[in-house]
Amino acid sequence: MKTVMGIINLQEDNSLIRDLTARRAVESIPFAGRYRLIDFTLSSMVNSGISCVGVMLPDKPRSVLDHLRSGKDWDLARRHDGLFYLPAPQQEDMNRKGDLKNFYHNLDFFEHSSQRYVLLTSGSFVYNVDFSQLLRFHQNTNADITMVYNTATEEAHGKNVVIETAENGLVTDIAEKPAVYDGTQVSTNVYLMEKRIFVEMIRYTYEHGGQDFLIDGIIRRAAEYNIYGFEHDGYVAHVDSTAAYYKANMDILQPEVWEELFMGQHPIYTKVKDEVPVQYKETADVKNSLIANGCIVRGEVENSILFRGVNVAEGVKIKNSIIMQKCDIQEGSLIENVICDKNVIITKEKWLKGAANYPLIVTKNVVI
Amino acid sequence: MRKTECLAMILAGGQGSRLGALTKKIAKPAVPFGGKYRIIDFPLSNCANSGIEKVGVLTQYRPLELHNYLASGSAWDLDKKDGGVFILPPYAREKGAEWYRGTADAIYQNLNFIDLADPDYVLILSGDHIYTMDYSWMLDAHKMNKAEATIGVIEVPWDEAPRFGIMNTDKDGRIEDFEEKPAKPKSNLASMGIYIFNKNFLKKYLEDDAKDETSSHDFGKNIIPKMLADKARLYSYAFDGYWKDVGTIESLWQANMDLLQDVPPFELNGDWKIFSSNPSMPPHFVGPDAKIKNSMVSEGSMVLGEVENSVIFPGVRIGKGAKVTNSVVMPSTVIRENAVVDYAIIAQNCEIAEGAKVAGEKGAITVVAEGETVESEAGSKQAG
Repeated sequence: MKTVMGIINLQEDNSLIRDLTARRAVESIPFAGRYRLIDFTLSSMVNSGISCVGVMLPDKPRSVLDHLRSGKDWDLARRHDGLFYLPAPQQEDMNRKGDLKNFYHNLDFFEHSSQRYVLLTSGSFVYNVDFSQLLRFHQNTNADITMVYNTATEEAHGKNVVIETAENGLVTDIAEKPAVYDGTQVSTNVYLMEKRIFVEMIRYTYEHGGQDFLIDGIIRRAAEYNIYGFEHDGYVAHVDSTAAYYKANMDILQPEVWEELFMGQHPIYTKVKDEVPVQYKETADVKNSLIANGCIVRGEVENSILFRGVNVAEGVKIKNSIIMQKCDIQEGSLIENVICDKNVIITKEKWLKGAANYPLIVTKNVVI
Repeated sequence: MRKTECLAMILAGGQGSRLGALTKKIAKPAVPFGGKYRIIDFPLSNCANSGIEKVGVLTQYRPLELHNYLASGSAWDLDKKDGGVFILPPYAREKGAEWYRGTADAIYQNLNFIDLADPDYVLILSGDHIYTMDYSWMLDAHKMNKAEATIGVIEVPWDEAPRFGIMNTDKDGRIEDFEEKPAKPKSNLASMGIYIFNKNFLKKYLEDDAKDETSSHDFGKNIIPKMLADKARLYSYAFDGYWKDVGTIESLWQANMDLLQDVPPFELNGDWKIFSSNPSMPPHFVGPDAKIKNSMVSEGSMVLGEVENSVIFPGVRIGKGAKVTNSVVMPSTVIRENAVVDYAIIAQNCEIAEGAKVAGEKGAITVVAEGETVESEAGSKQAG
């Protein structure tokens, strides 16, 4: 895998998840009690043996930079290769939209790197994939481009890239569709190709008026390439809306998903905080929940996810909720179907309730 | 190496034989403590938090896991360009190799290292106590007293004093005499095994001691009494926080239980962070039928049964219907369905089979050694 350079494209559209992205990119939304979304893609790359990763910075890069820093927590603070930040161009081409522009302005980085292959990903997916199997598949099929897909098991609405494949994996159609059904092959926005193909695609497409990597680079030019689909049959979630974020968090409460994502041979790495183990006090009552270190629990918690350093006071009831880092839920408050962003304080005896399919969101640093 | 003001040396070579089964495979300072830490995290974090940037760790007994754990020292922010953690096992010289023959000999054999670091002061610590302490205050006191040596002391209950090295001091804290485990103690100020020495002063005594064939090369038994006999300026530095020697099974168990008090004896979540090498594990999962009360539970664990008055380390599995009470369960141990664990310390990577019982009692804690399996019925471990 030393021949593969990983690229994480942090350009997820945030129009359906605005409350949680007022001050951060989608990819740096806290997830599953201690992670940020980008950890899953980055850890998958590192565990697969990739040691050169370029991160295409989003418009609000501070939270991403603060999280990744030198890349040390992912073993990417290296003498050679390691983690690279690829900033979006600030001044030039302000009239051009789309992510192709960002790739185009970083072309010299790709061209000067020593790796033969490019693994292009987006940072808003939750999965734990072994990309070394993808590389073997790619080499065996002699594909120009290999896309990683997952087969949907239920109907879901929202923008998705859907592919159709022949029996040998050859992709026969790629399209953006508003819904998926049981059996639909859904792209995970992961593409593996030789660097020369990638560079040519970016240069040609951008210089001929293209804006979007997927639409103009892949879908419109699909006929020019030999594209294969590689199936990842493990857990996949695409976090592109508040509803998807809430559902993916709740999915982690299934022990099989928790085991598959975190407890196998390939751990998910994240920025390390030195938090003490969770302190359960005499009055604690916790059921079917995920509790991160640093929490102090005196109240009731059910079907919920508590991030690091949350305080749950006596008499509190938290149900079906996601409570992010350092929230303080004070005596007697009732919280149901709520997402509390970081550092929220819910003072005594407050009742907060969202709907089961539409959680109430309390934004960062709010005191209620 | 750049000159450093105060160099810390942590004595981490002891076997800890009183911890029995827990130190069969690992050195005492590497024994897990408090749901995610190891004992050595406390002196190391105290150093990092006190602004001491160079720390020598003297290892000898079963050092592999300890060396692996310390690695570059980055977990304690001690991976500095010119400083950090230095692992110091005994090494061979022209005339052959020698083990560390005592605490003083261990430091003596590393005088070359001390000269390299060229400190004004040497802080000697042991790797078997649980406490949080700002060594920079002790160093300030040492300088103010114009002392040649300063010894950290703590008041212990009078009836326990005969178990400790007891200092008798004048009203300014100057040590007048020192008695190792006195039958009739004149004071209740016990030595914490924390010493600050002026470097050259220490060097002279260590060199003299090394030549003395009758010496057992121990700070408490030989070096300190010799310094006192020479009327050197030895001062005590009184510490009044939580300090616990975890050298025995009972005291290790008790120190873990101390953390479960509604207000723990020292601030775990405060500014004085205890750093440790963090495993890459998710928040722990609490199952739909689980009950957890008055306990600490760490990352990567899955609790489906009941846990009360217990400390659970990372990656532990507690099956449905299992009951863990008054116990310490170390990393990656599996406690299967309907097993019962009470008043026990279960070391790493153990398996308690379905329906098996491990039961000790207060004052007679049962220990399951690293990697052991306890089967049900016949294999059940009982106290005594």
